[in-house]
Amino acid sequence: MGIYLLRRLYQAVLVLLVVSGIVFVVLHISGDPLALLMPQDAPPGDIEEMRRSLGLDQPLIVQYGLFLKNAAQGNLGVSYHHHQSALKLVLERLPASLELVVATIVISLVLAVPIGVLAASRRGSAVDRAALLGSLVGISAPPFWIGIAFILIFCVELQWLPSSGRGTWVHLILPAGSLALYRLALFIRLIRAGMLDVLTMDYVRTARSKGVSEKKVIYKHALKNTLIPFVTIAGMQMGSLLAGAIVTEKVFAWPGMGRLFLEAIGVMDFPVIIAWALVTASIFLTVNLAVDIIYVWLDPRIRHEK
Amino acid sequence: MSAETGSQTILHPLSEEPYRPPKARFWGFEYIPAERQLLHSFLSNRLVLVALGMLVLLVICAVFADWIAPVDPLEQALRARLSPPIWEERGLSPYYLGTDRLGRDVLSNIIFGLRVSLLIGFIAVGISMVIGLFLGLTAGYSRGFWESFIMRAVDVQLSLPLIMVALCFMVLFGQGLWKMIIVLAITGWAEYARTVRGTVLSIREKEYVESAYALGFGAWTIMTKYLLINAITPVLILCAVQVPRVIMLEATLSFLGVGVPVTTPSIGLAIARGYQVLFSGSWWASIFPGLALMLLVACINIVADWLRDALEPRSREQV
Repeated sequence: MGIYLLRRLYQAVLVLLVVSGIVFVVLHISGDPLALLMPQDAPPGDIEEMRRSLGLDQPLIVQYGLFLKNAAQGNLGVSYHHHQSALKLVLERLPASLELVVATIVISLVLAVPIGVLAASRRGSAVDRAALLGSLVGISAPPFWIGIAFILIFCVELQWLPSSGRGTWVHLILPAGSLALYRLALFIRLIRAGMLDVLTMDYVRTARSKGVSEKKVIYKHALKNTLIPFVTIAGMQMGSLLAGAIVTEKVFAWPGMGRLFLEAIGVMDFPVIIAWALVTASIFLTVNLAVDIIYVWLDPRIRHEK
Repeated sequence: MSAETGSQTILHPLSEEPYRPPKARFWGFEYIPAERQLLHSFLSNRLVLVALGMLVLLVICAVFADWIAPVDPLEQALRARLSPPIWEERGLSPYYLGTDRLGRDVLSNIIFGLRVSLLIGFIAVGISMVIGLFLGLTAGYSRGFWESFIMRAVDVQLSLPLIMVALCFMVLFGQGLWKMIIVLAITGWAEYARTVRGTVLSIREKEYVESAYALGFGAWTIMTKYLLINAITPVLILCAVQVPRVIMLEATLSFLGVGVPVTTPSIGLAIARGYQVLFSGSWWASIFPGLALMLLVACINIVADWLRDALEPRSREQV
């Protein structure tokens, strides 16, 4: 286990290095932030001085070396636009994004487990068909468009809920709801498929034949075993949600990391872009590692094999 | 008896009647299901039939967009700005689904946007499939250094959220239709490579592959005629599943303003423009493009699900 963890950690560091390298190099080749930072009629001397003060006159490899040295100390540079630490800017927005992601996962799990179980236990029934059709719609609808449709229904027409901003839990309903729809649909399909698979197993037949009630068979014997592989996928979704929430953050003017990133793109704020990419990648890698550890812990068979 | 008459009728061991395999019928067309399993599973599934018909219709619309679209999608009819769909009171004649803030026809933008979506979806998936096939075959066949190098790259690629990688690349390279295709293609190759390598590893130890080595066949022959041929089914299934994902990703990136340039009619861009006028009550400019995209993606998803179930019975009921 220890060696496995070390290998994963080494791989995570490698991934972060590759990400930072690619983003850094291509960013610096692709555009000149000074064109956007300085007024158009600025004298060339000022522009050169600014370039020197930002370290942009150095060769690329030197810049990257300096960046890595600073990054090792937790310094990802200063935002060109906000004149603050880029990492701090991103981390300040992290709670808002995490709030959205966690609410989304909770909504989708709370709804998906009972629906998936119900659909699988009554295979072919009206409930099952409705669940399948609904999940087809859910995985086919673009989340940002769902957000727009929600705004139209609940804010413009009915005027029940606020369409933007963050504050109370009321603000959270629409963004998290629209983001949850795709995951909900995906989870329903996974749980239904997993349940159908598990319900054909010998131990389920044994439980039934020794007179265990159907309720107990489904919830105690089948569901538990369905959830083990499901944890991996749900966990990975959580990581990718952090990046996927960008569109929802844009639609609902949610003050998360994604909005900051989109603003940074507009003004070519390199340090913020890199900080966002690294923070998102780090969280994704951490969540995936955690999920793998939980998986091993949940399923004693894997520990046994090792 | 039958042997005497010389005919080929087969007798059921317990009956005197000649055996007739059960037949299925589809609109007067008769066939034997056991002999044509793929066709049968297709024809007996009404949802898949409808979805495929719909998909064909959408593809025809996209291909013949120049003739089908009522007006030029980029034309700005300034007098007909924000005109509602035709069935509403203020609706104007050639703008069946209304117009956006600059007077661009929503329906025409959808039709031309579908063309862009399909183009990007199929070409990007095609390119990433070719890259993935090549690298996966190389990894599975050659082992050693190249295998660990390629698989490490696959790990790096798959350990990051797809949307994040695509977003970063689009920001770095700037907008553009072909840039978009290339970015989506190079972000998608890893899953193909992993699938192909997995298939190759599972069959390269089989006797018939060993016999091919023993017969002195070259690497190229073994790779294509023995290994590649077995990887086709899983790769085909993966392609079918990836096309809707790529189409959705394209729409998302375009919606965020880092996808195709504004001069390209795209569904994501149309939704973004509709979003700007949402609060003024002009719902049609964002709702209709989204519905069209959903229809396209749903149809491809249904067909892809069916294809997977029919070609790979073991994975049936899995997502």
